[in-house]
Amino acid sequence: MDEVRIIEIKKSVFDDNNADADKLRGELKEKGVFLLNLMSSPGSGKTSTLVRTINMVKDKLKVAVMEADIDSDVDAITIKEATGVESIQLHTGGMCHLDAEMTRQGLDNLPLSDIDLAILENVGNLVCPAEFDTGSCVNVMILSVPEGDDKPLKYPLMFSVCDLVLINKIDVLPYFDFDMEKCKENIHKRNPAAKVIPISAKTGEGIDQFAQWLQQQVAVWKA
Amino acid sequence: MHELGIVFHIIKQVKEVAKENDCSHISKVVMNIGEVSTIVPYYLEDCWKWAVEKEDMLKGCKLDIHIIDAVTHCDDCGCDYPTVQHAKICPECGSEHTWLLKGNEVEIKEIEVN
Repeated sequence: MDEVRIIEIKKSVFDDNNADADKLRGELKEKGVFLLNLMSSPGSGKTSTLVRTINMVKDKLKVAVMEADIDSDVDAITIKEATGVESIQLHTGGMCHLDAEMTRQGLDNLPLSDIDLAILENVGNLVCPAEFDTGSCVNVMILSVPEGDDKPLKYPLMFSVCDLVLINKIDVLPYFDFDMEKCKENIHKRNPAAKVIPISAKTGEGIDQFAQWLQQQVAVWKA
Repeated sequence: MHELGIVFHIIKQVKEVAKENDCSHISKVVMNIGEVSTIVPYYLEDCWKWAVEKEDMLKGCKLDIHIIDAVTHCDDCGCDYPTVQHAKICPECGSEHTWLLKGNEVEIKEIEVN
């Protein structure tokens, strides 16, 4: 029997994922591919927002989408049918988030030399996806009006890792006690640098602003 | 249920360390888990028991969790206070200019190998 010994590690569990993510970002920069990580709770309108946005930018940018879900391929089919862009489904095997390695495996299935903008639609969840860096160039999250203006206070990590917060379903604002200014204030309390754009994936309001922001980001990344 | 993903990452890292040190088996992993790290220790242990049995190198490996108390510092009055009880608002002066001093750790402290 070998002798028992103690090896000190003292390392964050997230260190290896963070290193994988940085490596992936470096490779994407070299290839000129911009990766957007889109997060939100289930039912906030990630897929319908993407459909509107992609249809607005697909003449200027070559877009592909990775849909991550625990099961089914309904989102990947919706994107393909409604926009015509390349769309693949990733299954997380029961996991509630994607990490950098899973994102890399997804990207391996896309024709990267022919893509400007790769979009990762993360698993609908406001907790775990915020903890794992996917290797994306920007993090965008959607908060929808029915969820309430207090969500930035309840899920602070998610709001603190986002570059942009889209406030979706503003067409139903008259029916909810949702205070837009208070919501922005709550977001900026957690993340003073976050940009906020109110949108409606249903009516299309605000989508042009998001599309413009996205094109600027891609141009800067590829420069 | 992010605990399962966390367990996979712990296993990957400790296996690498054990290999680097020419060890064939890991008998214990000691973790530092912060009170406000969003990890539920009970779930972590449950996922751990299931996951280690699938790994030859970690069969029967114990998980030892040390909880780190969460402490927040107030920039305005300079006090340190317990985060879980008072969250973002300083109980001494009511300021919101506060930040987490410790309690967010998800750290592998050490492993016991043979």
